[in-house]
Amino acid sequence: MEKNKTLGRLFTSRVWRSVFRHGLPISNRARAESVFYNFFLHVHPVKVRKRSLKITYTWALGGLTAGLFIILTLTGALLMLYYRPSVSEAYADMKDLQFVVSSGLFLRNMHRWSAHAMVAVAFLHMLRVFYTGSYKPPKEFNWVVGVILLVLTILLSYTGYLLPWDQLAFWGISVGTNMARAVPFGIGDKMSYLLLGGNIVGENALVRFYVLHCFILPIATMVLMGVHFWRVRKDGGV
Amino acid sequence: MSKEYEAEGSSDAKKIPRRVEFVKDRTAARVRQEETETVMTVPNLVVREIIAFMILVIVLSLLSLFFNAPLEWEANPQHTPNPAKAPWYFLGLQELLHYFPPIVAGVILPMLVVLALVAIPYFNVNLKQEGMWKQHRPQTLVVALITIGAMCIVLLIFDVYAMLVPTLVMTVLMLIPYFVHSEKGFIGWLGTRPVQWWIMTWFVLIVVVLTAIGTLFRGPEWSWTWPWEHIY
Repeated sequence: MEKNKTLGRLFTSRVWRSVFRHGLPISNRARAESVFYNFFLHVHPVKVRKRSLKITYTWALGGLTAGLFIILTLTGALLMLYYRPSVSEAYADMKDLQFVVSSGLFLRNMHRWSAHAMVAVAFLHMLRVFYTGSYKPPKEFNWVVGVILLVLTILLSYTGYLLPWDQLAFWGISVGTNMARAVPFGIGDKMSYLLLGGNIVGENALVRFYVLHCFILPIATMVLMGVHFWRVRKDGGV
Repeated sequence: MSKEYEAEGSSDAKKIPRRVEFVKDRTAARVRQEETETVMTVPNLVVREIIAFMILVIVLSLLSLFFNAPLEWEANPQHTPNPAKAPWYFLGLQELLHYFPPIVAGVILPMLVVLALVAIPYFNVNLKQEGMWKQHRPQTLVVALITIGAMCIVLLIFDVYAMLVPTLVMTVLMLIPYFVHSEKGFIGWLGTRPVQWWIMTWFVLIVVVLTAIGTLFRGPEWSWTWPWEHIY
């Protein structure tokens, strides 16, 4: 066990033990403790069914969706450093990201492809849950939470679509919000006015989509992800 | 800390307590044996999660190195591209807009889809997931054919061949195990599919076909265009 004296001294030091109160996960007791004394790991139960670890059962799709959300949060935060949501600056900032900022192009590519992937993977996760019948009682409500999360994922992707302020963005959002206008009794017009801050896609729309994309929708998604994971664990999942 | 050994309780129990089932008079008095073998989360699950996340980051990094995200000319409200397309996940809806009035394609159908998805776990039909043709075969056939027939008539009226063809394909697949009795192979497998499986698979097929048509096969004025003749 004492293969490495320095490491051994580190793991038994007072400072290390103040952070991780349990020992190394070499006994089942310490393995259990490393789950329930750890803020991050305690979304998991101490033990999981062997069946739920089978890759051909879950295809890791739920975990990958969460992983994509983490990648998107990190790359998104870095992109925010270089991007200003105004009609006069937005497109120039995109060009700067493309040609001036170090790794700016890579950063944007990563954010863009992860966003597309998240919509697709979340949808595939829903299909997996359906085909394995994992929505059945007592997990009905968690399925509903999942459907809301899928809608939030699409909205996150959609609000981000406008931000580059290129032709693709402008007309993609115009087509989408025109669809929403079809809601009868004037509700559609009101909804689209509220979303765009006006009748056309302009400065106000850009700011509103920016706030939705970078603050309101991510917060809502994070809260519901917490609920979703917690309920998975309570219902005997991972 | 110079202990050579560590006392440990029997924390390595392989089984969790067996569930007791309330057996009603119409239930067969047998409890299905559940596979309940468990393993420790650390390291089994956590290591798998870390590996999955690493593969994800590697794949996305490679993708981002070799393929650039699209960026067109600066937005110009005076110049409408033809066709103006929404993001790909809305192109199924935009394709529907081509066939149905906006209130149907843009409002009623998407709302019905979301409501249907939310309602799925609250329909307690067929919880045991029995094959569609397991019981009440003639009645099931009549109900299924009337429903599908009515839908096909609506699709024909609006000329929605993009939905009609997948619907007919699914109907044929669904009817095969009704007429061909086989327990084995593909037909046998089709016969074990429950009704909710058919509905969901039909829905997914429609979504995929509509999205693919909207993304790849639609050009100026939303006319049929082959992917290789795209001008943009």
